[in-house]
Amino acid sequence: MPRLGNCLCLALSALLAGGCTTATHEGDVAASTAAALNASFVPAGQAGLDRLQQDDTQRWCTAAHGRPLPQDVAAKIESANLATIRYPADGHLTGDWRKGERIAQEGRGKQFSDDPSGPAGANCYACHRLSATELSFGTLGPSLYQYGKLRGNSVGVQRYTFGKIYNSEAFAACSNMPRFGYKAILSEQQIKDVTALLLDPASPVNQ
Amino acid sequence: MNVAHGLFALLALFVTPVALAQDATSDEIAKYRAELQKDNPAELWETRGEGIWQEKRGPRQVSLQRCDLGLGEGVVKGAYARLPRYFPDADRVQDLETRLLWCMVRLQGYTEAEARRQPFGDGNEHKSDLEALTAYVASQSRGSTMEVSLRHPKEVEAYRLGEALFFFRAGTHDFACATCHGEDGKRIRLQDLPNLTTAEGAAKAYTTWPAYRVSQGELRTFEWRLYDCFRQQRFPELVLGSDVAIALTMYLARNANGATFDAPGIKR
Repeated sequence: MPRLGNCLCLALSALLAGGCTTATHEGDVAASTAAALNASFVPAGQAGLDRLQQDDTQRWCTAAHGRPLPQDVAAKIESANLATIRYPADGHLTGDWRKGERIAQEGRGKQFSDDPSGPAGANCYACHRLSATELSFGTLGPSLYQYGKLRGNSVGVQRYTFGKIYNSEAFAACSNMPRFGYKAILSEQQIKDVTALLLDPASPVNQ
Repeated sequence: MNVAHGLFALLALFVTPVALAQDATSDEIAKYRAELQKDNPAELWETRGEGIWQEKRGPRQVSLQRCDLGLGEGVVKGAYARLPRYFPDADRVQDLETRLLWCMVRLQGYTEAEARRQPFGDGNEHKSDLEALTAYVASQSRGSTMEVSLRHPKEVEAYRLGEALFFFRAGTHDFACATCHGEDGKRIRLQDLPNLTTAEGAAKAYTTWPAYRVSQGELRTFEWRLYDCFRQQRFPELVLGSDVAIALTMYLARNANGATFDAPGIKR
């Protein structure tokens, strides 16, 4: 009964002269936001209007408005995303760090202006420092310089690293980092190559 | 060795070489921008826009001097610093670009499709009239104090929608505006990112658009800025003058209230 919910919410907020924070009100904001979005975008290139449809993780993280998450919500997001990770059937978690470096430098992919037939990049340098030689790096994410040198190259570390790239939300709810495997931005082989960039002792990351 | 140099040497002891190299690069970019500002090509768009504003155009051969940007028919001075706002004749909150389209259709008699024919220049010989008009009108608010109203309920509604949209995560990459613009002191590659949730950050960003983009050889409007942010967010294409475009403009313009408007600016 959304109508009744509305009336009650309005009446209460008038009485209390404060913001209305009931679930119904949040639902109304989400509904009007969704309506405005659907009327304000047109499909272009590979980006259809389906991209405006949120999944549960996106909905929960939007509701947080950048504030710290309640612990139960964070746990719910992490366990739901952990269940999506598909580790390689061949058991090999790392690939070629040279290819990984190219993927880390490449920013194209999934934009409506991009050619959908080519592979997407991961654009790691947009947000992370990785090697000592590339000075054009962003700071939205932590420095990953010497990532492998500090952690070693055990199967456990490989598994965590592959999984983190595959679905970052499994380990840090509402992380700013895209879910490269779960959202099919990168292929399994590309994730192996980026894992190698981070862990291979010969990679520029570990010099 | 003067005091500044001494301080620098002292600081250098605590700063890693990579941070120093980066700061040096950032400083060089800042100097480059300051040099460009002295002779901003945006003036070419402002002059052309003023001509288009005054010219009798369209099927009805009427000049935009009959267009009301919120301060009365033909009043341009200070208008941009008070937009977006609610317009009773349109019964809608409009930003400048939307209002210009409205006047081109209602006053000059263009069809909606004709008015929207070229919202953005192509970086070559196909220039946009809308970008030129926006440059001219915005230039007439240079030095004005940002004063965006939230008196009308539809203005409040637009602001709230803009705020909700700012945090809206979706698409292949889970990006929201807040992903890049929600914290102080962050960079993407070497580009500094303003924190648009603070008055200071919103003011710094909003008061410097429209701007001449050196890399594109075009003057770009604030609606273009939003359009291109959404492209990078991996969203579909933002419609010019849509509720989302106006609401986000409202959110940022209002957050910049009290700041001095200083555009058209110049960007890399």
